[in-house]
Amino acid sequence: RAAAELLAHLERLALVDFRDAEGVERLQKAIQFADRLQEVNTDGVEPMDSVLEDRCLYLREDNVTEGNCTKELLKNAREKVEEYFVAPPGNIPLPKLDEQETFLQGS
Amino acid sequence: QVSVALKEGQVTPTQLCQRCLALIRSTKFLNAYITVAEETALKQAEESEKRYRRGQPLGVLDGIPVSVKDNFNTAGIETTCASNMLKGYISPYNATVVQKLLDQGAVLLGKTNLDEFAMGSGSTDGVFGPVRNPWSYSRQYKEKSVSKSHSEDEESNWVITGGSSGGSAAAVSSFTCFAALGSDTGGSTRNPAAHCGVVGLKPTYGLISRHGLIPLVNSMDVPGILTRCVDDAAVVLGSIAGHDPKDSTTIQDNFMPFELPDLTDVSKLSIGIPKEYHAPGLSSEILALWSKAADLFKDAGAKVIEVSLPHTRYSIVCYHVLCTAEVASNMARFDGLEYGHRSDMNESTESMYAATRREGFNDVVRGRILSGNYFLLKQNYENYFIKAQKVRRLIANDFVKVFRSGVDILLTPTTLSDAVPYMEFIKEDNRTRSTQDDILTQAANMAGLPAVSVPTALSEKGLPVGLQFIGRSFQEKQLLTIAKWFEKQVKFPMIQLEEVKRLDHGVFQHQKSASFS
Repeated sequence: RAAAELLAHLERLALVDFRDAEGVERLQKAIQFADRLQEVNTDGVEPMDSVLEDRCLYLREDNVTEGNCTKELLKNAREKVEEYFVAPPGNIPLPKLDEQETFLQGS
Repeated sequence: QVSVALKEGQVTPTQLCQRCLALIRSTKFLNAYITVAEETALKQAEESEKRYRRGQPLGVLDGIPVSVKDNFNTAGIETTCASNMLKGYISPYNATVVQKLLDQGAVLLGKTNLDEFAMGSGSTDGVFGPVRNPWSYSRQYKEKSVSKSHSEDEESNWVITGGSSGGSAAAVSSFTCFAALGSDTGGSTRNPAAHCGVVGLKPTYGLISRHGLIPLVNSMDVPGILTRCVDDAAVVLGSIAGHDPKDSTTIQDNFMPFELPDLTDVSKLSIGIPKEYHAPGLSSEILALWSKAADLFKDAGAKVIEVSLPHTRYSIVCYHVLCTAEVASNMARFDGLEYGHRSDMNESTESMYAATRREGFNDVVRGRILSGNYFLLKQNYENYFIKAQKVRRLIANDFVKVFRSGVDILLTPTTLSDAVPYMEFIKEDNRTRSTQDDILTQAANMAGLPAVSVPTALSEKGLPVGLQFIGRSFQEKQLLTIAKWFEKQVKFPMIQLEEVKRLDHGVFQHQKSASFS
């Protein structure tokens, strides 16, 4: 079903699982809630990215002001070898999770 | 007052620090603190004492005990955001605002409790448990509650602090510190401030650095300030505001710390009362207080007019979409590789990430990430995310129009009702609660405007109620000046806690003083 595909796609994108029917329902309610946005007439309105949009971003001088804290940063990682963070193999795709019991109605 | 006492030697920083630590221990049941940094705090207090003895304090904040919400990075101290994902994470650096406070000599007592990753409006959803409102244990609340057996009902009748900076609000309200940092994305500083009877300031977006504040919604987050009086808020603001090269969303304008004048004449002011803030669900008590406050200004000669912010009711929906979208992006950094929790699953990178995130995040966080990803899908981007951004502009424009029409400041309620008992609060889920509770505070975040919640009066149940002032961008001085005048007029009562009374002796008066400046 298209809806189940969507759910699997979302789980893969987010790398977070719905865990159970309640999670799916939560998403459903969230979408219904967000649909209320369609009531507002936004013709001719530009999207707003930031409240500071009228100000210019600045650039600073290209001088190194901090760094050299390798030891500090490595302290918090669980798996490391010398100065590398160690990850499990990356070219294995995420296994497909079981089909959910409920489906998303509509979009 | 405390600062003066420190200068005159009536009390020493270490004595002050120890008393605060003792009070933290005796109010442990409030669950306001996640981490108490006793050793470092005492060391800082000792350093401060040396400075006072030399007659060279760093400033008003030197030696003053403060606490910080647990989503600010603090070097050497565990920073968890009340989540399993960051349990055991010891920050390698101080957030800019924390550093600024320490540079002024403030004594950092510890990290306060919050909703997991600052998502929520009750401070009930963190992994360390909910925070209890100190007012649940006040004489004022106990007197008003009808109970058959005192001890039995006390356990089940306690009220929430509001959220998500509930721990910070409870800490300030119960006298364990003189000021606390929170964060405000949808009302997270002002909501608990109103419920706990303290001042909660949300500064203009771009005034205070967010470097080191674990981000929720990059375009709306700001560090918030919680204190017992408006003057204190101005002092703390003065020490942490200003441009930070490490945060490119801070404005470059020069920030001058200010002292608040004692306003005597409000006749030149124009106070706006937005009619849409008479939201469904607003308790009649708060409505009455709001009118009384408007009358207070009117009687003092100010111009009080009704204004309209027509898109107010969409701010929550808009927030819902933008927040979940930004959260989906911001939470992507938690993969277990560089820091934080890492799952034992080792089959592949992606399955490790997925397992780590499944184990580390609670339902609320995961729900928002998934919703956010949904709204950001190619087929939904235009209809949800871009649409929400357009609505955001409409909301911000509402405010611009009102302020341009000559209104100096807006007066609104902060919350729909006084604090509810925990048992009632948890009957609805997190998103529903946030939707209901954030409605009066969210729009200020949407538009990036400064807002402050000032404790106004006690409700019929003996719990605090606060009213909110929303000001013009970067006009914190005007906002706080008016708030200070209002504070003086309403004379909000001091909380009467039994624990505090037990430790009461002469010098402890300084502890209970409303202000430290």
